Amino acid sequence: MLRRLLAIAGKEVRQLKRDRLTFGMIVGVPLLQILLFGYAIDLDVRNVNAAVADHANTTLSRQLVASADASQVISISRAASGPEELKELLDTGQIDVGIFIPPDFERRVIDAERPVGQLLINGSDPTVERIARGLSEMPLPGQQLRSPLFEPRTYYNPERRSPVNIVPALIGVILHMTMVLFTAIAIVRERERGNLEMLITTPVKRVELMLGKILPYVLIGLIQVTLIVLVSQWLFDVPVRGRVIDIYLASMLFILASLALGLTVSTFAKTQFEAMQLTVFTFLPSILLSGFMFPFEGMPRAAQWIGEVIPLTHFVRLSRGILVRGTEIGELHMEIWPLLAFFAVFMVLATLRFKKRLD
Amino acid sequence: MSESVAITAKGLTKHFGDLTAVDSVDLEIPEAAIYGFLGPNGSGKSTAIRMLCGLLTPSSGEVEVLGYQVPGQAEQVKREIGYMTQKFSLYEDLTVAENLKFLATVYGVPGKELSKTIDGALERYWLNEQRHQFAATLSGGQKQRLALAGATLHRPRLLILDEPTSAVDPQSRRDFWDILFGLAEDGTTVLVSSHYMDEAERCHRLAILNKGRLVAEGRPRDLISEIDAGVVEIETSSPRAARDCLEGIDGVQSVAQLGARLHALTDKNLAEPAKLIREALNEAEVEAEVTAVTANLEDVFVVATRPNRKDGEPGHAA
Repeated sequence: MLRRLLAIAGKEVRQLKRDRLTFGMIVGVPLLQILLFGYAIDLDVRNVNAAVADHANTTLSRQLVASADASQVISISRAASGPEELKELLDTGQIDVGIFIPPDFERRVIDAERPVGQLLINGSDPTVERIARGLSEMPLPGQQLRSPLFEPRTYYNPERRSPVNIVPALIGVILHMTMVLFTAIAIVRERERGNLEMLITTPVKRVELMLGKILPYVLIGLIQVTLIVLVSQWLFDVPVRGRVIDIYLASMLFILASLALGLTVSTFAKTQFEAMQLTVFTFLPSILLSGFMFPFEGMPRAAQWIGEVIPLTHFVRLSRGILVRGTEIGELHMEIWPLLAFFAVFMVLATLRFKKRLD
Repeated sequence: MSESVAITAKGLTKHFGDLTAVDSVDLEIPEAAIYGFLGPNGSGKSTAIRMLCGLLTPSSGEVEVLGYQVPGQAEQVKREIGYMTQKFSLYEDLTVAENLKFLATVYGVPGKELSKTIDGALERYWLNEQRHQFAATLSGGQKQRLALAGATLHRPRLLILDEPTSAVDPQSRRDFWDILFGLAEDGTTVLVSSHYMDEAERCHRLAILNKGRLVAEGRPRDLISEIDAGVVEIETSSPRAARDCLEGIDGVQSVAQLGARLHALTDKNLAEPAKLIREALNEAEVEAEVTAVTANLEDVFVVATRPNRKDGEPGHAA
């Protein structure tokens, strides 16, 4: 039993080593995604170019400008002579935010009815607009009266960097994508090339074939996890606050669930192309309903129910817990059972659906 | 040849939707012999073979293979059979030796005997030089020998070959058949499907299938001598005209052209088929030399698989 299983796994590894495309994907997909999400898709806006025209030029006004700059939301790159120049800079795209502090600034500070100054905001980029508008709710340094109603961007993660939020979930997204696809294709390819017709005339058992097929990918999945964690630590300072073994354990559970799903997909697909389509089909709900893209709590009740069935949901909670909050895996056992159940159900489904026959 | 039976099938039937691919076929296949399934494309050869080795479930009928009930005990049967698919089905991205090693392990050849078994197979099937070559780069004949080597690693009692030599040259085909005869002599039952006459002629016994039905069965020699037709050869300088003339005559079943000669099959009950044809040609003023000859296997095939006369295309063999 074990020998046959290992023979299949060994053969799979050998083929994999020779399949440059797949081999490239094992490393390429995680790297590409992490760079994309880490650099390009920065959901956070920082260092918006800004200029200041300070006509009051008092201690308080200078403090205000300094604290706006310190927030890192804007980066004050230049001083302007007045509102006209600010408008000009805005028009020419040299800045996105202009701060004008009028000469009667100190008097306005005392009068709670009047705004202390003016923010000139580039509204053509809605994200920039929204973020910059937040500046208007900034506290005035040293003033009790105007003490902050909102203190922006200090509560969640100190600098509110998105990689910290995204990377733990991204591990799951990458694993889901590659694991489901690899296994689905691994079986369908054998069917397409006619290997399966030969294989099913041998005494090999269905379980041996299924387990032998997924075994190498468990290892590959763990390699991917290592890669993602290392790269995101190195490039984006994403913390690993929990235990490394817990990360691997959580990943292992999720990998198994994904592989079982991939096997099931393979029993429905006749060609590699169909397998790919089906994989994408399983991929979308995972991305949208797992809490990766949108906060789980904000979703409608029905969507949450569906989300609870999706392995990625549980993995996102596990990995955010372990990586960011430093929680031990044992405390997150509520997320483990669903993954195990998912694996068991789909493994049985795939094995039952896979027939050692042609009809 | 021993008299014991390797495979018996009774009323073997397979429907695919409305299509009846195999229609109540009865078979008795003797052990240690080469048994051929002959039939035109779509005659149900592959379907029948796949049912015999448990790859397809029969719609009805009983099959016993090597003493096991199929499909009920199909998994036990799989240990005893080697199956060579129509299309090359080993891994093209593995080397010859890797393919064999994988198969040997899957077939449960013990670890100690593994390398001996593989070396033996490479030797026996002349693949030693290609040992480390990827299967994808092998020639047609080499691929076929590799597939056969893979299917016989575990010394199966029954070897099933689905159109094994459709992609190889005549010399490779000869070599291949030499190997098959050797296997049969050692006691292996070999089941071959084919639509090549020269392959069919080499089988110890033949079953001819047409549209899912068993239309003839027996030793090639007996099939030839018991052919349900008279065979006449016509040598003429105007074969087209001769053919047009003969195809309309009562008593002539079919006419096939072989180079400058024509091969006509006539009704069995005609006392002197050559005479009938000679007279017909004279009447049409076609000069020809007409002789009655013994049938060959192609004639047997054409007679067995032809559609009912004149209500369809004449049955030309491949």
